[in-house]
Order: sequence, then C-alpha cells, then structure tokens
Amino acid sequence: MSNVPSNLKYAASHEWVLTNADGTVTIGITDHAQEALGDLVFVELPEVGAHYGKDKEIAVVESVKAAADVYAPIAGTVTEVNQAAADAPESVNQDAYAAWLFKLKPDNMADVDALLDAAGYQAVADAA
Amino acid sequence: MLKKTVLNAAHRALNARMVDFGGWDMPVNYGSQIEEHHAVRNDCGMFDVSHMCPVDLLGADCRPFLARLVANDVAKLTTPGKALYAAMLNDAGGVIDDLIIYFLTDTRFRLVVNAGTAEKDLAWMQAKAAEWQMDVRITQRRDGDRALGIIAVQGPNARAKVWQVLPQAKAAIADLKPFFAAEVDQYFIASTGYTGEDGYEIMLPADEAEALWNQLKAAGVAPCGLGARDTLRLEAGMNLYGQDMDETVSPLDAGLAWTVAMKDERAFVGRAALAAQGQQKQFLGLILLDKGVLRGHQKVVTAQGDGEITSGSFSPTLQQSIALARLPMGVQIGDEVQVDIRGKLLKAKVTKPVFARHGKAVQ
Repeated sequence: MSNVPSNLKYAASHEWVLTNADGTVTIGITDHAQEALGDLVFVELPEVGAHYGKDKEIAVVESVKAAADVYAPIAGTVTEVNQAAADAPESVNQDAYAAWLFKLKPDNMADVDALLDAAGYQAVADAA
Repeated sequence: MLKKTVLNAAHRALNARMVDFGGWDMPVNYGSQIEEHHAVRNDCGMFDVSHMCPVDLLGADCRPFLARLVANDVAKLTTPGKALYAAMLNDAGGVIDDLIIYFLTDTRFRLVVNAGTAEKDLAWMQAKAAEWQMDVRITQRRDGDRALGIIAVQGPNARAKVWQVLPQAKAAIADLKPFFAAEVDQYFIASTGYTGEDGYEIMLPADEAEALWNQLKAAGVAPCGLGARDTLRLEAGMNLYGQDMDETVSPLDAGLAWTVAMKDERAFVGRAALAAQGQQKQFLGLILLDKGVLRGHQKVVTAQGDGEITSGSFSPTLQQSIALARLPMGVQIGDEVQVDIRGKLLKAKVTKPVFARHGKAVQ
C-alpha cells in the first residue's frame, strides 16, 4: 500500500504538489509512481526559467526497467530544481515526498486547487 | 486471462510486483531489481522460468531432424547430457526462435524454447517433421499432466546451495561442466543459464516446483524477478528473442554467427538465404558516456551511417548505461558514436557485446 500524504495535492499522472509560503509549488513523483517504476537510475530535470503549460512533459525519471515522463501538473515557470535528486535517483525510491524534483511559480495559483486531493489520488492509484 | 506458472502463489506470498509478460503473470521484482541483480552476481539468486517451454523429441530421426531444423549443428553433441544453443530459422534466414538443445540419447533430445514463441515453434516443428517424413515425436512439457516447472538458480554460490537442498543429486551434478545436463530421478538439472554466472537450471514435475522453491528460499537463495534477469543477460551479452532478433533478422546480423555452422554441406532451413545475404550489420555493445539510459529502438548515429539499439538499460555492475546495438559495417570497437535520446544526441562508446560475467565487469 503506497503512502499518500493528506497535506499534498496530486495529478492523475502521479505527481505530488506542495504549496509553499513564497507563492511557489514544489513537485515530485508519488510513492505509488516510484514503486511502480522500480529502482530509479536517472532523473532529467528542467531548466530553471523555462515555462511549461499544464500537462506538458517537464522531466524524465528512468528506472532500470523503463523511462517515464513527468508532467507539469499546472502551468508555470521553473524556479528551482533539486540537483540532489538527479545526482542520487535512488533517493526518490527511498522517500518520494522528500526527494522533490523541481519548483514552479504557477501562472495561476488557483490551478493548484483544481488538482486531486489525497483521497482522489488514492482512488486513481488503486485503479492503476 | 493471464497464464500462471505453478509458482504464481509463491511469488504473491513474497509480495512480488507482478506484470503481464507476454500473456504470463510473472514477477518483475520482489522489492529491488538492482539488489536482486547483485545477489546473482555476488551470491545466489533464483528465477521462475516455468513460462518457458520444454519440448521432448523422441524417435529414430532426432538427429537428422535437428540437423535440418536449426542453424547450429547437432553433430557437435557427442557426449550424452551436452547442450547446444541454436537458432531455428525460416526460409528467409530470419530467426523463428533461439533455443537450447539437450542431447540425452540418439533417440531422445530435449529442447527449451521461449515462452512467447512456443506455440509457433511447435507448429513449425510438427510441420517440418511431417514434410520431411521424419520419425520424431514432438511433445511439449509446459502444460498438462506431464508439465514441468523450471527454476534457474544462478550465481557463484548457486551450485553449493543446490547441493545443500538436493543432496541426492550432488554426485551427478557436482562436476557438470558448463552447458551439460544430468537426469536424477524426476529432476533434469542443467548447468545452463541466462545471467553470465555459474549455476543450474532445474526442471522438475510442476507439482513439486513450489516445494523446491521454498527449500531454496530457506537455504538463503534470493528470489529474483524478470527485471534482474533482463539486466543480467544484457550485461552478459546474451540475446533476447523479440528484441535483439526476430523473424525479420538474420542471426548473422544479431551477433549469432557463432551459432551458425556452415562448414560442411548440411542443408538446414535458412542456409541458402544466409549464404546469399551474408552479414549486413554488426552486433556490438555500447556504453553511454553522457548521463541517461540507453533503450531499445533508440537511433545510433555513426560515421558509417545510422544503427539502432536493440536492448538497453542501466548496468548495476558497471553503474553506467549499456546497450546491444545493430550498427553499420565499418564501425569499430572503441569508436565514439551518438545516441538519439528524446531528441538529444548523447555520446556513447562502441564495445564488444559483453559487459559483465562471473561477478565482474569485463569492459
């Protein structure tokens, strides 16, 4: 059974979103996603300053088994990336909610509210 | 409805992550594919490969039948128990399947063919036996009353673990050289494998497989999924049917020239096509020099033209990404080439198509 913290919002494409006090959001992949992928060996992060529309491919995570795209859950501009996750992809397996991938400045903060809550994402994960 | 091996409940009891593998419900890992990989390189792991299909050949014409059926030459099999790796070709020289042939007696051979190709293979063999009017009875041993389970136990400590669990078999199997098999009571134990490590592949009556699996587990043998099996065979430079070759690919273009015996005049299916076509591509290894992961179907850009990766992954032993690739003639080992990964051209080095065996990197 994977871990779905209740303080986060989620996209059906298996990203989590944490709202920060400074008006940015922190994004990573869910525990369910890391578990499905298996041992991660490569993380490709976006460029700081780049803008992505909602549901655009923004990063890539690769396990021994497969490559998976990470999608921007909301539209926004990249403000920071977590190089530590790229340097140690296994950290995402160890704690998917600590090993964030990137931060976005949302085009519209209200887009975050439209994402799934923990119960909504749990239903998606259970159906997968 | 997915097909299940006789060990399905055992995998589920171990909390395996199960996947649809060509219509079979199979374990891809039991937690960590990388840990399972290292267990086999450094200690001992076991795989359920009961989805693969043993095929028994009985009859006076086993040898002449196999001599025409496959590209390798069963005349090499002179000692009972000896095994031979061979490709079964179509008339165009494409690979219908790759298989292992075990020589038991002149009227009894056992083959093991791939899971996804078994029905096609059996139909082809039956048709050829009829066409050539050969006295050979062809019986699959995967399904039905006489079904066999197959457990591969692999790694530097595999032999000792198997002797511990099957002491009654030790005398017969302790000194098996690589690529031999011995029959002990209901067990068929072969010193073959798909990992580049020492070990055994054990065939036994399907209803006894779970007990053996549990005994091996209790002896400290790590259950390993198909994920680790794939990275182990890739590091060992062993081809995977359906990825590295298929019915449209000549064995000469898939690194299997060493399995094609052309010396004498033996007329095997596909020979004329191979002779006419010759080798058109080289089958070589790649190590990625930039960061990323090589995968099947990625394009390889070389000074001699484009090639294609057939299998790629991350190598837990080398801690780098590796691949097998079909490259244009003229590319040399040591050349630097580029691989198109999601539109970016990343640097890779051309190597021999083998990366790690017997616990160690060979590149």
